[in-house]
Amino acid sequence: MITDLGGWLLDWLEAVGRAGIFLAQSIFRFPVRLNESINLLVKQLYSVGVLSLVIVVVSGTFIGMVLALQGYSILAKFGSEEAVGQLLALSLLRELAPVVTALLFAGRAGSSLTAEIGLMKATEQLSSFEMMGVDPLRRVIAPRFIAGVICLPLLSIIFSATGIIGGLVVSVGWLGVHDGAFWSLMQQSVYFDTDIMNGFIKAVCFAIAVTWIAVYQGYECVPTSEGIGKATTRTVVLGSLAILALDFVLTAAMFGDF
Amino acid sequence: MSVVDAYINVHNLSFSRGEHVIYKDISLIIPRGKITAVMGPSGTGKTTLLRLIAAQLTPDQGSILVDGKNVHELSRSDLYKVREKMGMLFQSGALFSDMTVEENVSFPLEEHTKLNREEIHRIASEKLHSVGLRGAAKLMPAELSGGMARRVALARAIALDPDLVMYDEPFTGQDPISKGVLVKLIRQLNDSAKITSVLVSHDVEESLSIADHVCILAGGRVIAEGSTEDIRASNNPQVKQFLNGEPDGPVPFHYPETESSEKVAI
Repeated sequence: MITDLGGWLLDWLEAVGRAGIFLAQSIFRFPVRLNESINLLVKQLYSVGVLSLVIVVVSGTFIGMVLALQGYSILAKFGSEEAVGQLLALSLLRELAPVVTALLFAGRAGSSLTAEIGLMKATEQLSSFEMMGVDPLRRVIAPRFIAGVICLPLLSIIFSATGIIGGLVVSVGWLGVHDGAFWSLMQQSVYFDTDIMNGFIKAVCFAIAVTWIAVYQGYECVPTSEGIGKATTRTVVLGSLAILALDFVLTAAMFGDF
Repeated sequence: MSVVDAYINVHNLSFSRGEHVIYKDISLIIPRGKITAVMGPSGTGKTTLLRLIAAQLTPDQGSILVDGKNVHELSRSDLYKVREKMGMLFQSGALFSDMTVEENVSFPLEEHTKLNREEIHRIASEKLHSVGLRGAAKLMPAELSGGMARRVALARAIALDPDLVMYDEPFTGQDPISKGVLVKLIRQLNDSAKITSVLVSHDVEESLSIADHVCILAGGRVIAEGSTEDIRASNNPQVKQFLNGEPDGPVPFHYPETESSEKVAI
């Protein structure tokens, strides 16, 4: 039993070490030629970021609307329904935007990255790069990783903005909250360094974790249809768990000073 | 044949995957400037040999010298430099699915040369012309038939005018016309550019029709090596069974059973 546990722990540590070396090699080998690097990065920014915009905007709007409805019904009992703007902004900026955007990102862009890289491996495209003397870590992995790390924090900001607009429509347009109170209470209670920056830092940490898991799972997958399927599932499951666990650690570090 | 003629020298090579032994202490040579056919039954490790030559796999024991350099002792950057002089035609073609035919052929030129766009375009067009596909330059790999994809892959493999081209099962799944075209192309390329070619295949007639040197592998060993005529005249029962496609003989049809596979109920 103890031997099995030790063996499992060693395997896990070895996998983490391998993934760490893989990530370091990908990043440090990337900027070979500026023109080429920019072209590769722009292509990936489009496929990882721009193509995730719709799901992020729609989810952000609906979550903002639901939050406004729920918040209004509770706050109205205490006669402080104007504070719904404050509630919306703080919950979105500190927690919901980075976490939900990262979960959506793991499901849409993360799974797509794993499947794409896995298929490149199965169709010998990665071997083909190696045979031509071109490092696949530099050509394939690095631009995808960097694009993921750039896009997720930006998508998280867009999520917050659309969430607040969704909440504004419901609370001011539908439930009759005074718009001046909505904005002024939000302005009074939101701080750039504690709320906006902490949310942004969370999003950057989630971006590194999810994109790292996605590209590593694709690169290391068994190059068969079953292997690619399993790797894609692992990306979504491990990515989501990593986001939630990291969120607890980061929240405790940022806001746990009671 | 003297050792001086060898472009690739495989010396006492052993390689296994887990418990499955692929090669047991094999030695063979690939002569410079000739077409060498590496043949053998499916699962003998013919493709594995190509990957060992390209140093994509590391042997358990022994060495492989490519043009005098032990490829498994080179640093990563030196190995990549050696690979620039190698072209490989993968079994699946392995074309980059997000690039057009022309971009695929131009890719190695863009990566490894300082040529301007016009020159790269001209060379890529020439290479595509040599495989009869200049008209398909703007197509995407998904729009090509299997035979066309392999010809494009061949054009890409020779884009940098390599010293060595390795063909992994080039005839598998090809119709007779495509096979004929590929046979002619491989011969023409070898003769015109004076390159060394290694052809891995189990298509006996096509391979023997163009090979200058033949090496037959079976059971993790080299069972025959020599000129095409020597191989055709061989009295080795394993060689005869393979060349004539006989179902019964010393080469087993069944995969060897291991202790774990015996436990599986049939």
